Amino acid sequence: MLRDITLGQYYPSGSVIHRLDPRVKLAGTLVYLISLFAFRSVEAYVVATMFLASMIWISRVPLKFMMRGLKSILFLLLFTSVFNLFLVPGETVVRIWKLKITDAGIETAVFMAVRLVYLIIGSSLMTLTTTPNDLTDGLEKALGPLKKVRVPVHEIALIMSIALRFIPILMEETNKIMKAQMARGADFESGNLIQKAKNMIPLLVPLFVSAFRRANDLAMAMEARGYHGGEGRTKMKPLEYQKRDLAAYLILAGYVLLMFAANRLGIVPALF
Amino acid sequence: MGIVKARKLAFDYVKLDEEGRVESRSRAVDDVDLDVQAGDFIAILGHNGSGKSTLAKHINALLVPTEGTLFVDGKDTRDESKIWEIRQTAGMVFQNPDNQIIGTIVDEDVGFGPENMGIPREEIWQRVEESLKSVGMWEYRSHSPNKLSGGQKQRVAIAGVVAMRPKCIVLDEPTAMLDPNGRKEVIRTVRELNRREHVTVILITHYMEEVIQADKVFVMEQGKIVMQGTPREVFSHVEELKERRLDVPQVTLTAHELQKAGVPLPNGILTIDELAEELRKVRKS
Amino acid sequence: MAIRIEHLNYVYNEGMAFEKHAVRDVSLEIPDGQFIGIIGHTGSGKSTLIQHLNGLMRATSGTIYYNEENIYAKDYRMKDLRSRVGLVFQYPEYQLFETDVFTDVCFGPKNLGLSGEETEARAYEALRLVGLKEKYYRKSPFELSGGQKRRAAIAGILAMKPEVLVLDEPTAGLDPRGRDDILDQIAKLHKEQRITVILVSHSMEDIARYVERIIVMNQGQVMYDDTPRRVFAHYKELEQVGLAAPQVTYLMQALHDQGWPVKTDAATVEEAAGEILRALKNG
Repeated sequence: MLRDITLGQYYPSGSVIHRLDPRVKLAGTLVYLISLFAFRSVEAYVVATMFLASMIWISRVPLKFMMRGLKSILFLLLFTSVFNLFLVPGETVVRIWKLKITDAGIETAVFMAVRLVYLIIGSSLMTLTTTPNDLTDGLEKALGPLKKVRVPVHEIALIMSIALRFIPILMEETNKIMKAQMARGADFESGNLIQKAKNMIPLLVPLFVSAFRRANDLAMAMEARGYHGGEGRTKMKPLEYQKRDLAAYLILAGYVLLMFAANRLGIVPALF
Repeated sequence: MGIVKARKLAFDYVKLDEEGRVESRSRAVDDVDLDVQAGDFIAILGHNGSGKSTLAKHINALLVPTEGTLFVDGKDTRDESKIWEIRQTAGMVFQNPDNQIIGTIVDEDVGFGPENMGIPREEIWQRVEESLKSVGMWEYRSHSPNKLSGGQKQRVAIAGVVAMRPKCIVLDEPTAMLDPNGRKEVIRTVRELNRREHVTVILITHYMEEVIQADKVFVMEQGKIVMQGTPREVFSHVEELKERRLDVPQVTLTAHELQKAGVPLPNGILTIDELAEELRKVRKS
Repeated sequence: MAIRIEHLNYVYNEGMAFEKHAVRDVSLEIPDGQFIGIIGHTGSGKSTLIQHLNGLMRATSGTIYYNEENIYAKDYRMKDLRSRVGLVFQYPEYQLFETDVFTDVCFGPKNLGLSGEETEARAYEALRLVGLKEKYYRKSPFELSGGQKRRAAIAGILAMKPEVLVLDEPTAGLDPRGRDDILDQIAKLHKEQRITVILVSHSMEDIARYVERIIVMNQGQVMYDDTPRRVFAHYKELEQVGLAAPQVTYLMQALHDQGWPVKTDAATVEEAAGEILRALKNG
C-alpha cells in the first residue's frame, strides 16, 4: 500500500503552472524567496501577498494542501513569535507580570511569522505543481554550466532520479521486514532511546543488505542496457522552453520591478 | 549463421584476499559448447547454482570467459572495443523486476537503452512506442513502474531491451519471482517476439512448463551441459530428469507411469491431446 | 478448535481514495492438527488474511478466537499469540540479520524472554527440524544458498514452538529441488510435531500432494473450502478467477469427454495413472 503514496506532494491539476518548464519554477521560487528577505516594507509585502495569492489561484491546488506544509513548522512558528513578542526591546504596550510586550515586538513577531508562512507556501507551491522527475530534470539542466567546473551534474541528477524510484520500494520493504521481525517477537516501540536504537538492528541490517543487493542488480541492468556515463547520450525528453515559459519569466521580472517600486513608495514607514 | 557460438567456454569465480591475491577459484561454467541459430527459441534448464545464469551473463559480455571463446553475432566478447555493440546485439532481461527498471515512468525506462546508444530523439520515441506496443504495455506508458504487477514490470523490462533492437534476447529466470498469471504473460510475450519479429530468444529457467515450446532445450548441471535436444527428446528421459530432480510435466509423468505398468506408449509425450490420442490407439487395439 | 474466524473484514485506507476491501466477511474454522492450503492469485486477500491470525493486522470488523479466546479482547496477550501462531513471510530469508545462523534462530525465543539455555536448546531443535546440517550453524546466513537460507529463516519461527505454523509462499523463487525439499520438510514437520500447518500458495500442483483441505480465496472472499479433489472438480470456475487445477485434472476431463469410463477427480499423477489403468483393464 505504501507504493500508492506519491513521493513528495505532487498535486496533479494540470494548470498552466504545472505545465511550465521546471527551470522557470525553480527560478521563480528562488526569486520569490530572495524577495521576501530583500524587501521589508509593508508595501512590498502587499505585492508579495498578491503575487502568491494569484499563483495559488492559477495553480488550482486547494489551499488545504498548501497548509499541510505549515503543520510541520507550527511549533517553530509559535516559538519564534513568542520569542519576538517578549524579547524585542521597544515601547511597552502590555505588561504581564514581569514580561512586557513592546510595539516593536509585535511588529517583528507578525512580520517574521508572515515571512515564514510565505516561505513555506512559496516552496510548497513548487513541489505541489512539479513532479519529482521534472524537478530532477530541471536541476540537471539548470546546473548544466557547472559541468565546466567538473561538477558531475549528470550523475547527481541520475542518483536523484534513481533514489526517487527506489524510495517507495524500500519503504515497502521496511514495512515487510518490520512485520517479519514482529512475528518473531521483536519490539520496535518500548524501551528507552538506546534500547530502541538497539532494537532497530534486526530491521536495519536486512534493509541495508537488500539495498546493496538492489544497487548491485541495478548497476548490472544499466550496464547491460549500454549505460556508460552521460557521454554521447541523447535525451528522449529534453527540456525546451515554450512561449508560456517566456511569458512566465516576464511576469517574474514584472514582479521584481513591482517589489522595487512598492518598496520605495514609503507610505507606511519602513519596519527596520 | 550462428548468432551465439561458444567453444569450450569455462568461467571461474575468483575470490581475492585483502592483498588482492587469489584465495580460491570455483568453476561456474565448465567446458560448454553452445550453438544458437538466428531466430531460434532455446531454453536452458537447470537448478540454482548450475551455472546457467553465469553462462547467460557471458552472452551480454557482462562476464568474459576464463577459458575458451564466445562469439555473439561474429564478435568475440573478449574484444573490449566491441562491448557496446555486443550489448546492443544481445539484450538481457533479469530476474527481479524491481531491480532492472531505471526510469520513474514506463516510457522513460524503455527509452533508457536507446538514449545510451545516442539515438536521435524522434527515433527514440518511435522505438519506445513500437516496443511498448509489441509487449502490450502501450496503455501504461505514463504510469509509474511501482504501480504495475510483476508480470507487467517484466514486460516493460522486455520492451526496454526490444527498444535497442537486439537480434537476440537473453532472459535470466524472468519468471522466478512472478505468480502463475505473470509467468504466463511474460512467456507469451517472449514467444510472440520470437515468432513475429524473429528475435532469437535464450530463456533461462527452472520451470519445465516454460521450455516445452522451445526449439531446443539444454539442461545444465554443475556448470556443464548434461542433456540437450528438442523438448520431446529431453522429456523422453523421464528417469534421468527425475534423478536430476527436475520437473517433468504431469502428463509426461502419467504416460511414464502407464508405460511402467505395461501400456505401450511412445516416449516424450508432452501434451494432454497427445496422451489422449495415444491412449485411444491403445484402447482400439 | 484452535482458530475460529467470524465475519472478518479488512479494509485498507478506509475512507480514502485508495480504499480497498482486502478481506470480505470471511468465516473459517481451523481445527488443531490440520494441514491446509490457501490458494488465490495475487491480490486475492490471502496474505492479508493470514496476517490476522497472529495479530499483526487488526481486522476492521469481525472477531478471531484462538482456543476460544477472543484475540481482540482488552486483556488478551498479543505477544503470546505471536509465538503460538508462527508466521513465515514470503522470502523469509530477507529477515536474517545476525552474524551467524544459530544466533539468528535464537532471536525469536530470546524475545519470548526464555533463559539462555532454553533458547539454545530450542534453536538446535528448530534447526534439526528444518534439516539444516550442523556445519552451517556458525556460518553467516548470507553465505548460504537460497534453499538453506529459507530453512534457516523457517527455523527462526519454529524455535518459538508455535502450535500453528503459517507459511506464505514458502517455495517462491526456489528451484524444483529446493521446492520439493522444503515442502517435504514441512510435511514431515506436520506429521511428527502434530502442529497445524497452513500453506499459502498459488500453485495447485505443488500443494495437492500434501494438504488435506484447500481454501480458495478470490477478491477477499472464500470461494471454496473443501478437499483437494472436490475443489479441483471446479476447474472451470477456478480458471475464470485466474487459477488452474493440476494438469492431471484436465487430462482426466479430456479422457472423460472422449467417452472413457474414468472418474475425473484425480488430484495427483499416481491417482490419474491408476484410474486410466483401471479403465483400460475394464474396457
